[in-house]
Amino acid sequence: VKLIVAIVRPEQLSDVLEALFHAEVRGLTISRVQGHGGEMEHVENYRGTTVKMALAEKVRLEIGVSNHFVQPTVDAILSAARTGEVGDGKIMVLPIEKIYRIRTGEQDQDAVTPVTAKT
Amino acid sequence: MLISTALVLLMTPALAFFYGGLVRSKNALNTMMMSFVALGPVAVAWALVGYSLAFAPGGPVIGSLSYVALQGVGMQPQGTIPHLLFMSFQGTFAIITAALISGAVVERMRFNAYLAFVVLWVLVVYAPVAHWVWGGGFLATMGALDFAGGAVVHVNAASAALVAALVVGPRKDYGRHAMLPHNVPFTMLGAGVLWFGWFGFNAGSALTAGTTAALAFTNTLFAPAATLATWAVIDLVRGGRVTAVGAATAIVVGLVVVTPAAGYIGPGSAVALGALGAVPSYFALIYRARTKLDDSLDVVAAHGTGGATGAILTGVFADAAWSGGPSGLIDGNPTQILTQLASVIIVMLYSGTATFAILKLLALVMPLRISGRVEGVGMDVTEHGEEAYTGGDGAILVSAKDSYIARAAADAVAVHHGGRP
Repeated sequence: VKLIVAIVRPEQLSDVLEALFHAEVRGLTISRVQGHGGEMEHVENYRGTTVKMALAEKVRLEIGVSNHFVQPTVDAILSAARTGEVGDGKIMVLPIEKIYRIRTGEQDQDAVTPVTAKT
Repeated sequence: MLISTALVLLMTPALAFFYGGLVRSKNALNTMMMSFVALGPVAVAWALVGYSLAFAPGGPVIGSLSYVALQGVGMQPQGTIPHLLFMSFQGTFAIITAALISGAVVERMRFNAYLAFVVLWVLVVYAPVAHWVWGGGFLATMGALDFAGGAVVHVNAASAALVAALVVGPRKDYGRHAMLPHNVPFTMLGAGVLWFGWFGFNAGSALTAGTTAALAFTNTLFAPAATLATWAVIDLVRGGRVTAVGAATAIVVGLVVVTPAAGYIGPGSAVALGALGAVPSYFALIYRARTKLDDSLDVVAAHGTGGATGAILTGVFADAAWSGGPSGLIDGNPTQILTQLASVIIVMLYSGTATFAILKLLALVMPLRISGRVEGVGMDVTEHGEEAYTGGDGAILVSAKDSYIARAAADAVAVHHGGRP
């Protein structure tokens, strides 16, 4: 069981979700984050105040998946989040020590297998 | 009239809120600026040339250049009010009409192309059409009734909007991703302030604070009320819920529908007109959303369908007992409907054709739309260098002595995003 953390452009999010849906990845969490990934800062101007915006808006996805789902998930994000310009984001695959489904108390692989995929 | 003029002017910021709430947050400022900016260049163009083309004595098709730069427009009475005031009042109409078009091209038309477009449009399209109906032109001679601008303002803006949406093209993700309103309360605020301002628009079009103004005022209250009630009922029947965006839209549609009729029909007719007027626009909205036409904020369904419905119903409900002259079907003058229909078609054809020509000419000297990349980032940052909603996190102050660095960086960003340096 792995945790996939992906940081993507907010404007690519719809494409990423669509790609994940097609890859049959169910169950994920997103959060709006700000970060810096080496992209060019843009400049904003409010009356006399000029600022360089060093942090860019990004979306972080967290997806817990069983081992055989890692590659399809990564591939889906890679293809859908890529624009080819600096600032497209990162994908990190992390080991998970333990994972529980709160509703049933199921653990590990069972906990990340969608209810609809069982039976 | 002073107050009416100020009320109509307020409609343009109100429209900015109405439109601004309906777009995504990354384009909120750009969308609001498309309305706000009409208050500047369009007003100047109106004073310099537009007013003269529309209202200086001339032929059946266009005025003349005798009032250019407001020569001869002074304190002397023009009808019941000083000539200057009449010119200002008409100027506020030109401003909002131009701003209305922006709803069809938000979230992808380049701001400077839009600026050039609205200034040209007011001179080439709005001024002659205003002349035809209100400046003693051929539609007035034909007997077309347009109290406060059903054809001149709404059908005119909507035809331009339809063509602009087609020429500029749809947003890149239109029909593929949902694009939801980012601030529905803004839209409701805008609709409310539009209604408030519209009392100046319709009652003020009587050009004097008399009985006709009172009639137009009353009709401007009850026709949109009937539209809102009807809209809510249709919403209930179709989906079981009355929607907020629907209610805000219904108010605008009701106001559009009553605009050409305001001073010509009785209040009972206004209720009927408002109620009937809800139906075509309601279904035009639903139909449009299923098509490839990305008239993003439904200018055509609200102002085109609503304006045409209002203009034609004016030919039905106009009543000499109230209007003191013009009469329609219910008053024994059925041919008025045909006159109304003809005026709508003529304005549609001219506005559509001329808008197409202006946009195609502009496209020769500048790109009309932003790149797909910029569409993704959002136009507040790329077109204006500002954000509507920023927490200010990570903002590094650039001091004045470093401002050349800021300029260089801004240029770099413009290049990076596919704009020109």
